[in-house]
Amino acid sequence: MAEIKIKNVAKNFASYQALNDINLTVSDQEFMVLLGASGCGKTTLLRIIAGLETATQGEVWINDRRVDHLPPKDRGIAMVFQNYAVFPHLTVFENIAFGLRMHKHPSAEITKRVHRTAELMHIEQLLKRYSGELSGGQRQRVAVARALAMEPDVILMDEPLSNLDALLRLEMRAELKGVLAESKTTAIYVTHDQVEAMSLADRISVMNQGRIVQASDPVDIYRNPAEKFVAGFIGNPPMNFLVADKQADGRWNVAGQSYDGPSCAENTLDFAIRPEDVVLAETGISAKVNVVEPLGVHLLVTCDVNGAQFRATLDSDANIGRGDTIALQPQLDRIRWFEPSNGMRQSLEKNDV
Amino acid sequence: MTMVSSAPRDPRRTGRYVYATAVFLLCAWVLGPLYLLFVNTLSSPEAVNSFPKTYVPEFNFESIEFFMEFAGMTGALWNSIQVATLTMIMSILVGAPAGYALSRFEFKGKETFRILILLTRAFPLPLLALPLAVLFIRTGLDDTIFGLALVHTTLAVPFAVLITFSLFSGIPMELEEAAWTLGCNRLTAFIKVVLPLILPGITASAIFAFVISWNEVFAAAVLTIENRTLTAFLLQNLDTSALHLKFAGGFILVVPALIFIFAVRKYLFAMWGIANR
Repeated sequence: MAEIKIKNVAKNFASYQALNDINLTVSDQEFMVLLGASGCGKTTLLRIIAGLETATQGEVWINDRRVDHLPPKDRGIAMVFQNYAVFPHLTVFENIAFGLRMHKHPSAEITKRVHRTAELMHIEQLLKRYSGELSGGQRQRVAVARALAMEPDVILMDEPLSNLDALLRLEMRAELKGVLAESKTTAIYVTHDQVEAMSLADRISVMNQGRIVQASDPVDIYRNPAEKFVAGFIGNPPMNFLVADKQADGRWNVAGQSYDGPSCAENTLDFAIRPEDVVLAETGISAKVNVVEPLGVHLLVTCDVNGAQFRATLDSDANIGRGDTIALQPQLDRIRWFEPSNGMRQSLEKNDV
Repeated sequence: MTMVSSAPRDPRRTGRYVYATAVFLLCAWVLGPLYLLFVNTLSSPEAVNSFPKTYVPEFNFESIEFFMEFAGMTGALWNSIQVATLTMIMSILVGAPAGYALSRFEFKGKETFRILILLTRAFPLPLLALPLAVLFIRTGLDDTIFGLALVHTTLAVPFAVLITFSLFSGIPMELEEAAWTLGCNRLTAFIKVVLPLILPGITASAIFAFVISWNEVFAAAVLTIENRTLTAFLLQNLDTSALHLKFAGGFILVVPALIFIFAVRKYLFAMWGIANR
């Protein structure tokens, strides 16, 4: 029911272009995460959808209704803020009831809904308290409950977990996913934390410098980054890049090894491989080991390949020490190629998904 | 013994002495004159004029009684209350929206505007009083409660603007935005969320305006003749009066302001924990 369409949205702050021709469709009940480093425009985009910010140009549609000229209250949205924004002069009960009272629901209905959402968020025992008597995690629960009680078409969340400590964040993340799936609400969630994005999202929109670089499901974003930026942003550690030179026979020379690659006009490309997609081999890319970090399941090995940094996660049984020279073979179907000039991925028919 | 005397003194202890002394001096600064005023007002005229002074009030209401029956006295008191109340209302009605605008909106000349607000206090009142008096006589505002309240409002407004500006700035924008997403427009969000949070501060700022007006004497003396406020009335009559009457006059001037501040002290101290985190 609640599909969101964003058409050609741009936003300028004075001379600074915060958003540049954004087009995005979020389908009904989808959990969409806007992911990007701070200053990439993700919060601005969310605020434009909410109606807290006006787009310089473009259209926002919710449920086949154009809403970009409407105030926030008429858009059928609810929002959860980074610093919770729980009203300090009202009890938890009144906070959750606030929106329902504004919409003039009958008081029996309000009481019922407040108790139901409070139960859902496990805060029934806090209903009489004030914001000042709550911990950060509890406040966040109140903020989510307040949004859910509205039974909105769309719920918008602006880094809701970033002020919580690590353990609580993990707990809330799982809970949030469950609660939202149950509520059948369309959700747009802004974060800079890629693990959070991966674990919550049906689809992720990776943003960089005011534009959406790639919008796809988490696995596709991880496996098939559309641009070198995404490849270098997603994954911890991110993808490795090496320079590839075209050989006379059309194959590509990467640090002395020869690989099949795309056939294109370029003479050099960026060869990219994830650290976990390489294995130790007899022959292969020759790498000088700089740092070895045992992580339990894996060894994270940071090496030097022709002056470029290269990371590999290897089996923890491997007997490797600093200063060793090792040979690494990439898993061929996991190699990705990027054009150095614009960072776009070079498609390779048989590798492309 | 030598070891004890040569041991370094605990700096925290020194700090506590300084702190206690500072508190004592401040209290003495405020309470000393008030106490003397109190004692002398509640002493019989003979005791006030005699020497040595007593420092225990004898609860003799002769001076006060005489003073309250002084012709024009109650009228002046009533005028003062009216002018101060009017000043309080007008300076909040004008100052609070300006403070909100300064805190929430970006507009051209915002910084200049802020400085201009302060500049209204840069002109000494005696300089303005004469042209104002002429203007007031022409417009018929002279010797009226409203005219004087208008002048007092211009004196109080800069403070009202700056105090409310910092109050509004202390309230996170997100609270208002959350209210908007929950079904409020700008006005209802203000009434339901911002106003309850700043009410204590607004009260404080209103009291401040009240006290400014209550204490102001120059404009009051120049701009009123029949409808004198208490300060102007006392200025006119007391320099020729006996000492015990002066004390009674001072007492009458101080007490209402004290009572008023005492009555709303809860709002001055019980500021809500506005911090939202």
